[in-house]
Amino acid sequence: MKQVEPSASGEAMSIDLQTVKKIASLSRISVTDAEAQAMVPELNNILGWVEQLGEVDVTGIEPMTAVIPNVQRLREDVVTDGNVRELVLANAPQAEHGFFAVPKVIE
Amino acid sequence: MTNLTDLTVAEIRDGFRAGDFSAREVAEGFNANVAAAKALNAFIVETPDKALEAADAADRAKAAGETPGALAGVPIGMKDLFCTKGVQTTAASHMLEGFVPTYESTVSGKLWAAGAGMLGKLNLDQFAMGSSNETSYFGNVISPWKRGGGDNAALAPGGSSGGSSSAISARLCPAATGTDTGGSIRQPAAFTGISGIKPTYGRCSRWGIVAFASSLDQAGPMARTVRDNAILLEVMSGFDPKDSTSLDLPVPQWEANLSSDLKGKTVGIPKEYRPDGLNAEISAMWDRGIEWLKDAGANVVEVSLPHTQYALPTYYIIAPAEASSNLARYDGVRYGQRDLPDGAGLQDMYAATRAAGFGPEVKRRIMIGTYVLSAGFYDAYYTQAQKVRALIARDFELAFEKCDLLLTPTAPSSSFALGEKQADPLAMYLNDVFTVPASLAGLPAMAVPGGLDAAGLPIGLQVIGKALDEQTVLNASLAIEERSGFTARPDKWW
Repeated sequence: MKQVEPSASGEAMSIDLQTVKKIASLSRISVTDAEAQAMVPELNNILGWVEQLGEVDVTGIEPMTAVIPNVQRLREDVVTDGNVRELVLANAPQAEHGFFAVPKVIE
Repeated sequence: MTNLTDLTVAEIRDGFRAGDFSAREVAEGFNANVAAAKALNAFIVETPDKALEAADAADRAKAAGETPGALAGVPIGMKDLFCTKGVQTTAASHMLEGFVPTYESTVSGKLWAAGAGMLGKLNLDQFAMGSSNETSYFGNVISPWKRGGGDNAALAPGGSSGGSSSAISARLCPAATGTDTGGSIRQPAAFTGISGIKPTYGRCSRWGIVAFASSLDQAGPMARTVRDNAILLEVMSGFDPKDSTSLDLPVPQWEANLSSDLKGKTVGIPKEYRPDGLNAEISAMWDRGIEWLKDAGANVVEVSLPHTQYALPTYYIIAPAEASSNLARYDGVRYGQRDLPDGAGLQDMYAATRAAGFGPEVKRRIMIGTYVLSAGFYDAYYTQAQKVRALIARDFELAFEKCDLLLTPTAPSSSFALGEKQADPLAMYLNDVFTVPASLAGLPAMAVPGGLDAAGLPIGLQVIGKALDEQTVLNASLAIEERSGFTARPDKWW
C-alpha cells in the first residue's frame, strides 16, 4: 500500500477564506473570522489528500448505490402510526399549542 | 467465591441458569464497578436501577419456572448512540444534551427483550466521529491500560466506541454495544485487548441509532470472548421493516455453530496491507496470526486488493457527505439544543444552534461533506468516490474467489497517548487504514486480541469474511483466541 501522506497545506486545492465561509453558510454553521481562517489549512489538507482519487481509472465503473444487494420493499399503503403528537413534541426546545415554535419567518 | 464481574457473558448466563448466583448479585457487582470507575469517564449516564430492575425480573421469572431469555441475568453497557426510551441519548454531543427519546432503538429493544439489563449509556466520540474518544462533549474516555515501565500517560481507548472498550476491559460490564462506520468497533477493541464484530451491513437494524453515515453504519457487539460476541450478535441481528436497508434473512445460530477447526478453509493475506514502514510489532503479530490459522487447519494464500490505498480517501468523502446530510436534522426546532440570539431570524437560529451544538470535528466533517456535495464538485468528489468504492468492493469479490476469509492487522499501532494525535485530523484518520475497506464493502469483520507489544499494550488481529458469512469470521477468530492465550488485563489504578 502506498503511504497516504497529506499534501502540504493549500498546495493541491485552493480553498480560501471566502470559500470556507460559503461552505459554513451552506452548512448552516456560523463561524467567526478566526474560526474560518483556522479551517482554511485544515480543509485544504483533507481535500488535497482525497484528491488522489482522481488518479483512479474508473472507466466503465458504475458508482456504488447499495453495498449489499437488497430489494426495495414496498409496504402496505396503510397508516402505521400517528396520534403521538405529545411524544413528537416532547423534546422540542419550544412547543406551543401542539406545534413546533420558531422565530417569526415573515417580516 | 468467584468474582462475578470477572465472568464472561456465557459464564454469567449459564451460572444464572444453573442457580450458582442470582441476577441481582451480578448486577450489583457490575453497578459497584461502574460507580468506582469515574476516572475512566466511560459512562455518560449510569443506570444502576435499570440493571437491578432487569436482574430482579430475571430472578422472578426464573423462580416462576419461566424459560430464561438468551441474555437473562446479563447486564451490559449501551453505547450512547442508541436511543433508549426514557434515558438521555446524546451521541456524546452538546447538541443532544438533555434529549430523552420517547422510543427505543430496535437493537437495544431486542437486547432488553432477551433479558439483558442496562448498566448505563457509554461515552463515545461525538456523533461517532473519531478514533480516540477525544471528541466527546462529555470529556475523554481513558483507557484502563497503561504503558509498562511506570509511564503514567493517559491512553486512548480507541474510538468511536471508546466507552464500550474501556468499560469492558476494566470489567465495568461483561459486554456492550458498539457501532462501526469505519472501524469504530474494531479499533477500540484492538486498543483495549477485547473482541468486537461488525456484522454484514444490514444484519442489525439502524432504526433508533443516531445516524452518522447511513451506508456504512452498523451496530455490533463488543465483549471479551468470541463466544460472547456470537451470543450478543444473535440477539442484536434480524430483519426490521423500519430500516429500509435491513436484510430480510434468518439469523444463523452463530454460537451453536462455533468451531475453531478451519480444515478446508483458505485464508487470504492481502499484500497491500503490509506497506513499507508497517510497525514491526504489528507485522510480527500478523505473522503469528497466520501461523495460528495454519495450526487450526487452514490453507494460507497471498491475495491482492489493489485499490486498498484509495479506501481511506474514499471513506473521507463518502462518510462526511452522508454525515452532512444526516446531521441537517439538528436545527434547533424539533429536539436538542436551540441557540436563539437576540433578534435572530430562523436562518440565524439554525446557524447559531449548530455552531454551539457541534464540536470541531463534527463541524469539520459536515463542512467537508457539504463541499464535496456542492454544485460543481459533486461528480469530481462524490461520484468518483462511489465509483472507487465499487472497485474496492470488487477487489474483495475477486479475492474471495481464492479464499474464504482474510487476516489482517486491526490498527496500524497499539494505543497512543491522549492528545498525541489530536493536532492533525489526517494523522488521526490514518488509524482506520485497515478497518475502512471492509466497511466500504459492507463485509463482516472482527477484531480479536493477539497479544501485547513491548510497551505492554494489546494489539489485535482482524478477520474479514464474505458478506453474510459471520460464522467463518467468528470461527477463525475463535481459532486465534484459543491459540493466543490472551489473558492479559489492565492493572487496576482507577
